[in-house]
Parts: sequence; structure tokens; C-alpha cells
Amino acid sequence: MTTIEAQRAHRGEGTELPARRTRKRSPYPSWFYLPAALIYGVLFLVPTFASFYFSLTRWTIFDSHFIGFDNFVNFFREPALVSGLTHTLVYAVVTSGLKVVLGLLLAVLLTSQIVGRGYLRSVVFFPVLVSTIGVGLTFTVLMNPERGLINESLAVVGIQGPGWLTDPSYALLSVALVDVWKGVGLATLIFIAGIVSIPQEYFEAARVDGASPTASFFKIVLPLARPATVTVVILSLIGGLRSFDLIWAMTRGGPGFTSDVIASVIYKQYQAGFYGLSTAGNVILFLVVTAIILPLYWFLSRKEVEL
Amino acid sequence: MTARRPRRNYWLSAVAILASIVVFLVPFAFIVLTAVKDRQQAALLDFSWPENFQVVQNFVDVVKARDYMLIIAFINSTILTVASVAIMVVLAAMVAYVWQRRKSRWNLLINFLVLSGLIIPPAVVPTIWVLQKLGLFRTMPGLILVEVAFGISFAILLFRAFIATIPRELDEAAIIDGASPFRLFFRVIFPLLRSVAITVIVVQSVTVFNDFVNPLYFLPGDQNATVQLTLYNFSSQFTSQYNLLFMNILLITIPPLIMFMFFNRRIVAGMTSGAIKG
Repeated sequence: MTTIEAQRAHRGEGTELPARRTRKRSPYPSWFYLPAALIYGVLFLVPTFASFYFSLTRWTIFDSHFIGFDNFVNFFREPALVSGLTHTLVYAVVTSGLKVVLGLLLAVLLTSQIVGRGYLRSVVFFPVLVSTIGVGLTFTVLMNPERGLINESLAVVGIQGPGWLTDPSYALLSVALVDVWKGVGLATLIFIAGIVSIPQEYFEAARVDGASPTASFFKIVLPLARPATVTVVILSLIGGLRSFDLIWAMTRGGPGFTSDVIASVIYKQYQAGFYGLSTAGNVILFLVVTAIILPLYWFLSRKEVEL
Repeated sequence: MTARRPRRNYWLSAVAILASIVVFLVPFAFIVLTAVKDRQQAALLDFSWPENFQVVQNFVDVVKARDYMLIIAFINSTILTVASVAIMVVLAAMVAYVWQRRKSRWNLLINFLVLSGLIIPPAVVPTIWVLQKLGLFRTMPGLILVEVAFGISFAILLFRAFIATIPRELDEAAIIDGASPFRLFFRVIFPLLRSVAITVIVVQSVTVFNDFVNPLYFLPGDQNATVQLTLYNFSSQFTSQYNLLFMNILLITIPPLIMFMFFNRRIVAGMTSGAIKG
């Protein structure tokens, strides 16, 4: 009896008590939601819903003119804009893939017995906190094809470095590499938190059974750090698909349109005054993000339950 | 634990430390060195020791540039960061508290909205349209509210996880003592949230301070530029004065560096909070 009562009390009122009384006397008033809901609703939800309508119009902030799907048709007819879509996907996949692999390796390294662990963790993580624009401008200088530090260092060992940001076939990947440089610290931290939460007994038992370090990595660390992997994949995919500031600071989408992504297309169309087209880009980005993140999240967390 | 590994792997440690210096420290050293060089040497873009140090000269030049633009920008960024993070902390704690404590059919909807706030890319031009209707476009209050709206989801999730660890018995005791809901929250619960509030404050102020995209769209114009916008504008203006450009980068790296030195643990706690629960 007492436990049931305690459970009831724990669950709070609402289900047991008459609804009217609860509403009046609840110690957890609904109006606590109100200020946050107002700001979030007006500045996030309303624009999100409005974007679906305005993407179907020719629009100058002050008046809009319904034109159906013309903006989307234009978007997919213009090669420069369509390539923005593929670049976004390439950028997101490359950055999040590298962050997962490098982050996991670094996390294993930084949880092992190694000298200077604290120093290494700090130095890997610090770039996460530095201004993206600052990082972008610094690496633009370091990647200068003739005088930049990277190519000069490569020249010392006799390698002719490419024009990282000036060669159309490398520009997007170079920016992606800088993104990984800046973001891998966060992935590493998340993996470290995941690995540290694995009980030590598992590793000891594996060692007693004569498992090699490689075997315990694949059989213990990899499956049990799965929630961390899911977090890293989801976070870095969201970040990669939406990324704008690093690309804008380094190449502004160039040379040509070879490093344009959807977010930079949105900005360029906005600057040019094509508000409807810009908003259509926003809707496409919304659809791409949800079409990738939702099934992936569902798939990854379902697998977790099965384990 | 001696049984875990017989001895430290010194060879691997040496390689790791060497690699970390090349990959992570050299770029920062490059920023510092270039920032204190004179103009001619900085233009070489090489990694070398400055021939004559111009620390004070460069600092004064970059601060004075374009009528003390950098000072204005630092003031603007400070106002933006302090105001938006303060609002975010109070409002997010209120939402998280009621959301965690009360079981109702709204909870599913709130969950959905909070996750949407984390995932969905904000619609830029429609937000400008809303701000314009409200008379808040190109104003600091408008940008502050935008930062709150875009950042509050993350803050709510952190607060909610922490509030779940505060026993309900505490609420009940306060209610029996006759505390109103308002007093219960602000006098009893909110002070207990100190540690997670610090985490939220540190993580969100670094985010807002470093934000480039939102000021670019919602607060254009030189009058109220933030530090990130100023840096970006300097980069096109100072193409021949790399020493000043890097002095600027150095200056805006200092606030996050201070945060990092004092609150390393808190930042790590906040940013890894999703790792174990998934």
C-alpha cells in the first residue's frame, strides 16, 4: 500500500486529482512556459511555417506574389544551385565521417596510459571554442598556394602542394579539413565520455581471456560506446549540413561555385534580393536535414535497444 | 591500476605530443607571431621569429582602425552575449522545471518542439520579415531575442537533466511551508541549479560570442557590428596588413581562452552531456 501511495505521490497530481483543482493549485504553473514559448514561437516557429508559403512566392519583404513552384524549378534548373546541394551532402558526409573516425581514435589514445594526457585533451579541444571566422582566415593564409606555411613545409620534403583553396577540385575538401581540425575536439570529448563510462571489469575480463587490444577495441569499445557514436554522427551531420561561416570566411563559395553549399546559396540569393528563391533554398535545406537526420536517428537508436 | 598496463607507452606519447604541436599549436603560434610583426614581415606570411616586435603599435592601430570600430564591436558583443545568455538561462530553467515536474499530455509536444529547435535550420528571410513587422530588424533587442530563440533548446535539455536529480520531497516541503509556486521556483529550486547554470552560461556565451551568421543577417551595418562581423570586414580591408588582421584574430580569441582556462570542466560537462544517454 505505502509503496503504491508513494509512487502516486511521485508521479505528481494530474492523473489522480480532479482536473479543475489541479489546474488551479498545481505548484508547477503552466505560465512558466509562456515567456520562452512566446520568443520561440514568434522568432522560430512562425518563420519556419512562413518559409513554406514564401518559398512559393516572388517576394520583396513588403509584398509577395504567389508563383507556385517556380522557385524550386529555378533552383533545380540552375546548375550552380544544384551543385550547392551535392556539395552540402559531400561536405556533411566527409566532415562527420572524419570526425567519427579521428575522434574515436583520439579518444582511445587519450584514455590510454599516455604521458601528457591533460595537455593533449586541452590542445585538441581548444579549437572548438575559437571563433570560426578567425580559424577560417588563419587557415586561408596557411593554405596560400605560394607562400603559405603548409605548402612551404611540403616543399621542404619535396612535395608540390596543391592550391588548396584556389584549385576548384580541392577547395571544398580543404574547407572540410579545416572544419574537422576545428571540430574533432568535440567528437573526441564525447567519445572519451562514452569510453570512460564502460565498466573496467569488461576490459579486465577480456585481458584474462587473452584478448588482444585490437579485439577489445572492436568487441568492447566500439559496441559499448555506441550512444557516443550516435551523438557524434548526428551532431556533426547537423552541423555539416547547416555549415556556412567557415566556408564563407575561406572561399565565399568559390572558386566559381565549386565550394558553394545550400547555406551560402541562401545568403547569396538574399543579398541579390531574391527573397523567394532564398527561402526556397531554406525549405530545401530543411527537407534535406530532416530527411537525413530523422531516419538515421530512428535507425541508430533502434539498434541500440536491440543490443 | 598496475595490472592494467605494465608501463606507460613513452614512444607513443612522444609521437602524440609531437603531432599535437605540429597540428594544433603551430597555427596558434602563427597567429601570435604574425600579430606582433611589422607590416613588411607579416606580408611574407612565413612562420618566423619577428624581427622587431610591434605589440603595442599593432594593438593601438587595430583598435583605432575605422574610428575605434573594434571597441564598439566589443561593447556590442558583450551586450549581446550577456543579455541573451541571461534571458536564456532564466527562461530555459523555468521551462525545464515545469516540463520535468509535471506529467501532462503537453510533454510530448514540448519534447518535439525542443528537438526541432536543435535540428531545424532557422528560416532566415522569414525571420527578417517577422522582425521587420515587430520593428526589431537591425536592432540589438531583435538580435538578442533571436539568439535566445535559437539557443534555448539546448539550455532546456541541460537544465531538465539536472532538475531530474533534485528530489521532489524538497518541493513538497516548501509547499507545506506555504511557498507560492513562484517563490518555490526562484527561492528554492533556482539556487540549486547553480552548477548546471554555470555550464549553460559558459557554453552559450562562447557560442553567442562566436556567432557570425545571426549578426550578419539580423544586425547588418557598421554602427552596431559585433566582433565577428568586424573581423570579417577587416579581412577584406586589411589584405595588405596581415599583422593587424592577426592582431584582431588574437584579440577576439582571448575571451574564449579565458573561459576555457577557468571553466574547462564545466564546458566539457555541458558539451558531452548527450554522450552517455544517447
